Amino acid sequence: MLLYTAKRILLAILVSLTVSALVFSLLYLSGDPATALAGERASQADIMAIKAAYGFDQPVYIQYFKWLAGALQGEFGESVYFRMPVIDLIVDRLPVTMMLGVSAMIFALALSIPLGVLAAMYPNSLIDRAALLLAVVGQALPSFWFALMLIVLFAYWVPILPASGSDSWQHFVLPTIVLGYYATPAFMRLTRTGLLDVLSSDYVRTARAKGLSPAKVLFKHALRNAIIPVVSLAAVQFGFMLTGSIIIETVFALHGAGFLAWESISRSDFPTVQAVLLLFSWFYIILTFLADLLNAWLNPRIRVA
Amino acid sequence: MTKRTTRRVALKGLAIAATLGATVLGATAWTASPALAGKADDTLNIAWDRELPNIDFYFNNSREGIVVNRLIWDTLIYRDPNTGEFKGLLAESFEIVDDTTFEFKLRQGVTFHNGEAFNAEDVVATIDFLLTPDTGKLAQQTVGWIKGAEALDDYTVRIYAKEPTPLATLYLAGDIPMYPADHYAEVGPGGMGEAPVGTGPYKVTKVVPGKEIMFEANADYFEGSPKGRPAIGKIHQRTIPDVNTQIVELTSGKLDWIWKVPADQAEKLATLPSLNVVSAGTMRVGYLQFDAAGRSGDNPFQDARVRKAVSHAIDRKAIVDNIVRGASQVIHSACYPEQFGCTSDVTQYEYDVEKAKALLAEAGYPDGFRTEIYAYRNREYLEPMLGFLQQVGINTDLRYGKYAATRDSIRSNNVPFAFMTWGSGSVPDVDAITPVFFGGGPDDLAQDEEVQAALAKGGSTVDPAVRQEAYDTALKKIAAEAYWLPLWTYNTNYAMSQDLDWTPTADEIPRFFFAKWK
Repeated sequence: MLLYTAKRILLAILVSLTVSALVFSLLYLSGDPATALAGERASQADIMAIKAAYGFDQPVYIQYFKWLAGALQGEFGESVYFRMPVIDLIVDRLPVTMMLGVSAMIFALALSIPLGVLAAMYPNSLIDRAALLLAVVGQALPSFWFALMLIVLFAYWVPILPASGSDSWQHFVLPTIVLGYYATPAFMRLTRTGLLDVLSSDYVRTARAKGLSPAKVLFKHALRNAIIPVVSLAAVQFGFMLTGSIIIETVFALHGAGFLAWESISRSDFPTVQAVLLLFSWFYIILTFLADLLNAWLNPRIRVA
Repeated sequence: MTKRTTRRVALKGLAIAATLGATVLGATAWTASPALAGKADDTLNIAWDRELPNIDFYFNNSREGIVVNRLIWDTLIYRDPNTGEFKGLLAESFEIVDDTTFEFKLRQGVTFHNGEAFNAEDVVATIDFLLTPDTGKLAQQTVGWIKGAEALDDYTVRIYAKEPTPLATLYLAGDIPMYPADHYAEVGPGGMGEAPVGTGPYKVTKVVPGKEIMFEANADYFEGSPKGRPAIGKIHQRTIPDVNTQIVELTSGKLDWIWKVPADQAEKLATLPSLNVVSAGTMRVGYLQFDAAGRSGDNPFQDARVRKAVSHAIDRKAIVDNIVRGASQVIHSACYPEQFGCTSDVTQYEYDVEKAKALLAEAGYPDGFRTEIYAYRNREYLEPMLGFLQQVGINTDLRYGKYAATRDSIRSNNVPFAFMTWGSGSVPDVDAITPVFFGGGPDDLAQDEEVQAALAKGGSTVDPAVRQEAYDTALKKIAAEAYWLPLWTYNTNYAMSQDLDWTPTADEIPRFFFAKWK
């Protein structure tokens, strides 16, 4: 177990370094940051002056290693757009993204697991079909469209919820539904499939034969085993919810870390993009790592992999 | 404790930890803010789509930054956007001593928002800061002409130009706000961005970088300012990136003013009785740029007949009438029609497909040709243009990128043909546009010495008659040779509450200190 953990940590560090170097190179390919910062009226001399002032005139690899050296010491530098420490920006924006991600995950699990259980308990019934329909619709609906429809419905026609901002819990209701609903189908289908498999297994038959109540068989014996794959998926989906909420943050004007990263790319704000993406890659790595550990702990056969 | 119980406890623990973590993190995002209701609580709620950079004007090159600048800070002089007349602002009066010397008699009794008194020391310190290299300031072009500043006494100051600069008064009237010397020395751009201090009609009471700014009318704003005393008590600016969300907030009464509304949305909003929708022209113009000098290598656009063929092939009026719409208009000269020095008395290319085909055949391209075209915005305008070009046999490979990358490509001699736009920084003078693209600099793809000489003449004197004549010469040659195909002016659609009395100006700089409730 210790060797397995050490290997995973080493791999996580390598992935995060690769992500950071890749992002740095890609950003440079997308245009000169000094030109972007200087604006359209700037002359060539103006751009050169900005390059010198911000250190963009140094070779890219030197800029990268300087940034990396700082990052390793916890110094993520200053946003060239906001002229404030990147860490302050992240501290300001991350809670919004975390709040949205966690609430969407809770919403998705609260909706999908009962649906998956119902669908597995009554396979090929009307309930199963209805759950499947809900899953298909959730997967097919474009998030931006669904978000706008909810805004029109609940902020304009029946104005009971705010359309934009992040000042109160009400502001998170609509974004949570949109983000959570998108993740629901995968959880629901995985729960249904897993439960169907488990329900037809020998030990469940034995439990039934012993005269245990259907509820006890379902919740104590079947569901606890069927839900193990959902743990792995939840880790990946949670990463997606944190990093993939850019469209939802944009539509609802939530100003989270995802939106910050997206906007910083178009502004060529290197230090901010680097820091946020590094943070997001760590999220993914840590979540996947935790899921791996959890699975390895639950299923000892995985540890040898 | 059994192994199974241990796992159950661990799983429960994880769930509880995740929930607690989310609650703690989320709590910081849930800071209450007052409910605002526009006219009812004398708060003008406005929104735009772009996160504003550091509010310090000298580290900010966005249009929204210009809007904020005019609210918080004052310049020495003021230019009336409707009449073009220059008036004193922080200066009671000013005099152009000679071609390179400007003398200002400053108002007495003006104070900054932090109580610091304004005097000549602040002017000199501001100019000195702007002339200090390597500060990272972004406003280079509007201050590069300054040689220095000198205080003659506490309330008299001179600013010296390196050479005669026709745009000097325009820059002084818009782009060089005065900062409090002591405060700025202490807090620098970072501090100024977090808590701006100026002399302007509004002071900032709250800044959440990129998200919102709260302004409050400056009760001590000096009498006699051409900006007048602000009539609305508070302004609350929010950044809402999605225009559809902005529209819902406006129609549901949570916003009082938005801008840059797409033409189709603006037309629908105009039908709502609670809203007032206005389309106003801006100084931004669109153009097709040809590599006439062959900087990107041999290309068909080196032949004037091909450039003219393209000019005849595109029905600009149809695009303006059907897609751009609003207050936009077709232009024929390489400038914005209302800029000083701009003339429309130039060669014009009407839409004529047969003429375009004949010119192409004459140039040796009877079956047309294939070319790259670079662009960075307004794909909805670009697509019909490419369709028009296809009609005459010109097929295109679109290279659509970010502004910085596209401009870099042009300057690196990689672009034969481009669809670009230019806003002149809202400077109402030809010197802010034509010399950039025809003055021999890195954006000059024509490299016409006659045009360059005329523009240099126009930019090196302050004599209006000499300048007008020089720009006439340049603009006529540019059009005759079809170095550019000027397309149209841009417009901005503003949508606002019927409660608001506010009028846009052609320079696309909303001046909220003139706004009032009906």
